[in-house]
Amino acid sequence: MALVEVPGTIPLGDGRLGGAAVVSVAAVDEVGLVARAAALGTRSIKTSSKLAALDLAVRCMDLTTLEGVDTPGKVRAMCSKAVRPDPTMPDVPSVAAVCVYPELVATAAASVAGTGVKVASVAGSFPAGLGPLDVRLDEIRAAVAAGADEIDIVLNRSAFLSGSYRQTYDEVVAAKEACGRAHLKVILETGELGSYDQVRRASMLAMVAGADFIKTSTGKIGTNATPPTALCMAEAIRDYADQTGTAVGLKLAGGIRTAKQSWQYLVLVQETLGAEWMTPDRFRLGASSLLNDVLMQIAKLRSGAYQRPSDFTQD
Amino acid sequence: MPENLPEPVPTFDLEYAPAPESTSIVSIADSYGLFIGGRWVEPRDGGSFTTVNPATEEPLAEIATAGAADVDAAVAAARSASDGWAGWSGRERSKVLYRVARLLQERAREFAVLETLDGGKPIKESRDVDLPLAAAHFFYYAGWADKLGYAFAGRRPRPLGVAGQVIPWNFPLLMASWKLAPALATGNTVVLKPAETTPLTALLLADLLAEAGVPDGVVNIITGAGETGAALVGHPDLDKVAFTGSTEVGKAIQRELASRGTRLTLELGGKAANIVFEDAAIDQAVEGVIGGIYFNQGHVCCAGSRLLLQESIADAFLTKLRRRLDTLRVGDPLDKNTDVGAINSKAQLDRITELVASGVDEGAEMYQPACTLPERGWFHAPTLFTGVSQSHRIAREEIFGPVLSVLTFRTAEEAVTKANNTPYGLSAGIWTEKGSRILWMADRMKAGVVWANTFNQFDPTSPFGGFKESGFGREGGRHGLEPYVVLEDLVSG
Repeated sequence: MALVEVPGTIPLGDGRLGGAAVVSVAAVDEVGLVARAAALGTRSIKTSSKLAALDLAVRCMDLTTLEGVDTPGKVRAMCSKAVRPDPTMPDVPSVAAVCVYPELVATAAASVAGTGVKVASVAGSFPAGLGPLDVRLDEIRAAVAAGADEIDIVLNRSAFLSGSYRQTYDEVVAAKEACGRAHLKVILETGELGSYDQVRRASMLAMVAGADFIKTSTGKIGTNATPPTALCMAEAIRDYADQTGTAVGLKLAGGIRTAKQSWQYLVLVQETLGAEWMTPDRFRLGASSLLNDVLMQIAKLRSGAYQRPSDFTQD
Repeated sequence: MPENLPEPVPTFDLEYAPAPESTSIVSIADSYGLFIGGRWVEPRDGGSFTTVNPATEEPLAEIATAGAADVDAAVAAARSASDGWAGWSGRERSKVLYRVARLLQERAREFAVLETLDGGKPIKESRDVDLPLAAAHFFYYAGWADKLGYAFAGRRPRPLGVAGQVIPWNFPLLMASWKLAPALATGNTVVLKPAETTPLTALLLADLLAEAGVPDGVVNIITGAGETGAALVGHPDLDKVAFTGSTEVGKAIQRELASRGTRLTLELGGKAANIVFEDAAIDQAVEGVIGGIYFNQGHVCCAGSRLLLQESIADAFLTKLRRRLDTLRVGDPLDKNTDVGAINSKAQLDRITELVASGVDEGAEMYQPACTLPERGWFHAPTLFTGVSQSHRIAREEIFGPVLSVLTFRTAEEAVTKANNTPYGLSAGIWTEKGSRILWMADRMKAGVVWANTFNQFDPTSPFGGFKESGFGREGGRHGLEPYVVLEDLVSG
């Protein structure tokens, strides 16, 4: 699309965004978006496709614990599950990453060292994101220093919803810089943005500012990842790639508990962004309780019978 | 991507394993007779034809050909049932129609599978569109049956008598429902002729109507090709003819009926424009354009077969459109993941092929995704033509297939001129985020239906019908009652 001010362009004032040209933000029609997301949800995924999808869902999973009661013991147990999800099915792959609070990064990093499983840490005054900026940036640096490979921060919705796009953008740029070698995921907290137009605008803003991934939710509010939201963000990622040549990843988080949801999201991503996004480098599912349902479905597909929930390790 | 991560490579493609809908729920007889006066009868001269599965070219059943004597018998049966049915109270007719609607819901999967077998449309469309809408039409007109006294202020509606109804092959059961529900709700009796390539769901409906308690002779279903249809619409004892099909046949029917008092409604062809402005919600507009033309293989009279793109976004939009085209899954209509099924008949495939060739000959640029078509059956790849001008045949003639012609415009005035520059006027789509522009455009569209930021949405409460050579009369809504009633003034001057 043209490099001109068109309705929906993020007005950042200087006409340039971090050296990149202005990107345009397309409008979103809610009715059409919801209908398309629902249609993608009716794809029938059977047998070998289902197994392949579930295997990929495990490989793209950020196994997460973000509770005030998280302890080193709890995190070590989760890391062990992340590396080897099921002792009775040793060929089930490791998950992509474990996701924890900064205090527990060192424990997690020691637990998964050498396994290929990454350590992700929330940071930047998660989940509200309204601490002083220097505190937020220091928290990012501390998490990276403790061994985090990936940093999940929240977008400053206070600035974004008050129209201070420049501030919102500058803060993401600063967070990206603070990440150093670590991967930056920007959580939009879409359940608080109020419209799909805003979701799309926030997606473009985060990508222009340097996010490696854009992520739906913190999991700490009532409305988390939904198929229309995922589609809206995937379409923004596709537009951004078209306009700039840069591929940004998508992380869906919050409320994803069933294997069926996971393959429905994989279908949505594949049919929107293509096979190039069907990799943990570009797609993640953040979840705490999804893994066991996926394992149960894998075991069912292999053995032909459902097993008891208690047959799977509860960490 | 950060340096510490390897460059992603396309390592994974989630291929969809076959997910065929089981056909065990339907049982198709070897042969079918005619449904006249509540009984299955053999045609007088014993003629028949074969209906085939367009996805496999395999025969499904032998279907009776109704000759002139059979048409006579069917009309006579409808005539003799007419006074009785018209004498039923509205509430009793309503009860029966509600029962029809509920039975359609209960047997939805059976009807959907049969529709797909006989017509070639994807099972997801039969299942999610045809069947729910068919039931909805019966529900809606069942609601009117006991409230007709309130439908026309100051006037009392009376049934016309006997209606002859001829329906097309693109939505066989749905078109039967569109035609039958208002006719029955208003107390008319009917002789219905389904299309010769798709008679099976109408014949199954005959049994369902009887099960629901529709009295013998109120609905008669006769089968055959054009000659049977001509004998029906030309029958002197009809009070009303309703036809959905090609403009050519519609004109012939109108000529035939010109000298008689028989009432007529026609729902004919179209060459609708989907008009996308630069401020539209682009990704949803792409979906709307795709659904507008590739839904039901483009066998849709109101299909958005012309895309008018504002020139400033044409290249970007076409890039997205081609990419979306690449993801359409063409193949076995019974597979739940099929988006584009089989072309309904060999004759229709030949017509589409001929028009596509004319597009190439006339200099338009053709794009088709790299999809593998099944070896057997009649299939056509989804096709997109760019560089089309108004004078090209593919911009003027109804193709009735999965073929989209793309034209560009610069201003809203030009879009209006181009959109209306067609002998047809059935539908139009307007895509813009600007509400005032939607209203400005809708005022100027010479089309029976104008969709804004959506396309191909149907609802029994909404009237549907055409301008110009797309026909006249409305189906759906309160408007849909009018073609089936005589209105008597309650107050005399």
